[in-house]
Amino acid sequence: VQADGTDGNCVTFVLHDEDHTLGNSLRYMVMKNPDVEFCGYCITHPSESKINFRIQTRGGLPAVEPLRKGLNDLMGVCQHVLNTFEVRLFLRSLGDFSISW
Amino acid sequence: PLAAAAMAAKRRTDEMRDRVVLGEFGVRNVHTTDFPGNYPGYEDAWDQRRFEEAFRVDIIREEEGALEFDMVGIDAAIANAFRRILLAEVPTMAVEKVFVYNNTSIVQDEILAHRLGLIPIRADPRLFEYRNQGDEEGTEIDTLQFQLKIKCRRNPQAAKESSDPNELYFNHKVYSKHMTWVPLGNQTDLFPDADFRPVHDDILIALLRPGQEIDVLMHCVKGVGKDHAKFSPVATASYRLLPDITLLHPIEDEAAEMLQKCFSPGVIEIQNIKGKKVARVANARLDTFSREVFRHEGLKNLVRLARVRNHYIFSVESTGILPPDVLVSEAIKILMGKCQRFLNELDSVPME
Repeated sequence: VQADGTDGNCVTFVLHDEDHTLGNSLRYMVMKNPDVEFCGYCITHPSESKINFRIQTRGGLPAVEPLRKGLNDLMGVCQHVLNTFEVRLFLRSLGDFSISW
Repeated sequence: PLAAAAMAAKRRTDEMRDRVVLGEFGVRNVHTTDFPGNYPGYEDAWDQRRFEEAFRVDIIREEEGALEFDMVGIDAAIANAFRRILLAEVPTMAVEKVFVYNNTSIVQDEILAHRLGLIPIRADPRLFEYRNQGDEEGTEIDTLQFQLKIKCRRNPQAAKESSDPNELYFNHKVYSKHMTWVPLGNQTDLFPDADFRPVHDDILIALLRPGQEIDVLMHCVKGVGKDHAKFSPVATASYRLLPDITLLHPIEDEAAEMLQKCFSPGVIEIQNIKGKKVARVANARLDTFSREVFRHEGLKNLVRLARVRNHYIFSVESTGILPPDVLVSEAIKILMGKCQRFLNELDSVPME
């Protein structure tokens, strides 16, 4: 991870060894944050696996905060998806009761 | 009138927000637009509780090596992330190095090595570590050793005039069942009940004739599909969005029959109401959206073809190394691991 930008509000992070898999999902989670004015990512060159991830916030919030919140939110989403999926598998293995959710 | 116009406007924004509409010449409303600030009056900021209430997973079909399940309430970015991880970043074990001691068969060394690498190996990759960079030897914790030693002989008891190779020769077809596991170091103690072998016994590797022999030693390592496609644990992993077909006007009689033919079987059913045949959408899920409706002038404007934006029908087929439900769980854990890695870096590196 490297960061450089003008002031604390607009920062471009360079994430190494990453591609659209994390880039797009993280971009979605950070965009859902109402404090973020701009969020985008791009792959600098398809031969190198690194992405430029840019966050601009409105107001005085340092740009690292939406990134941290986005990562935490994405962890939360994954955890919930995993739990729901495993519960569903378990219920299915118990037998074919028609459980209406 | 004013209320009706407001209702129509709300319906249009709702459609823009949660349907991807297939027009005659293109697809509209493709991108996700429900970010905070785009739609006044809608609460779009991320709320974990609202997400958890709306999210659900339904398992439709679970077969020998394939799993079909629905994820409702999630966005394209995250669903695609799961698909990409299933294809490229769930690790497996596959043959990486082939030490050729003797190969007098017609198959060249490198072709044979390539074919051996593509054979799926039934070994749980979670029991092994990745090999360190630059480590040529391989230790017990990161390598599985297999041996393939086979020689073709002529069958002395074959009939004089027979031309069937199955009768004339022994061992003329080299199958994957001829690969045997050679335990390294203390692997017999580490894995007492393990039975490491290829997933399928009947993969044809090479053909031999009398006097030809193959004697190779193979090292399997743990890797990911990003490195080489032989490490990919899924035959394929794909998703599609749930189709949503709406009939804008009632369609009757002959038009109804034609409409039923335009869609996949089972999608449109014809009901007999008061003697007239009326078309009704029975099960939109089965449709493959060939857009045949748009070829008929009379039916073009009576139907709206769309997809529900946040309902994903996943289909995961495994090569047999790990069952598909385990693969999906592993993929989700890998995405969590990636986030955790960056969170740790954020916390450890001081930001100026």
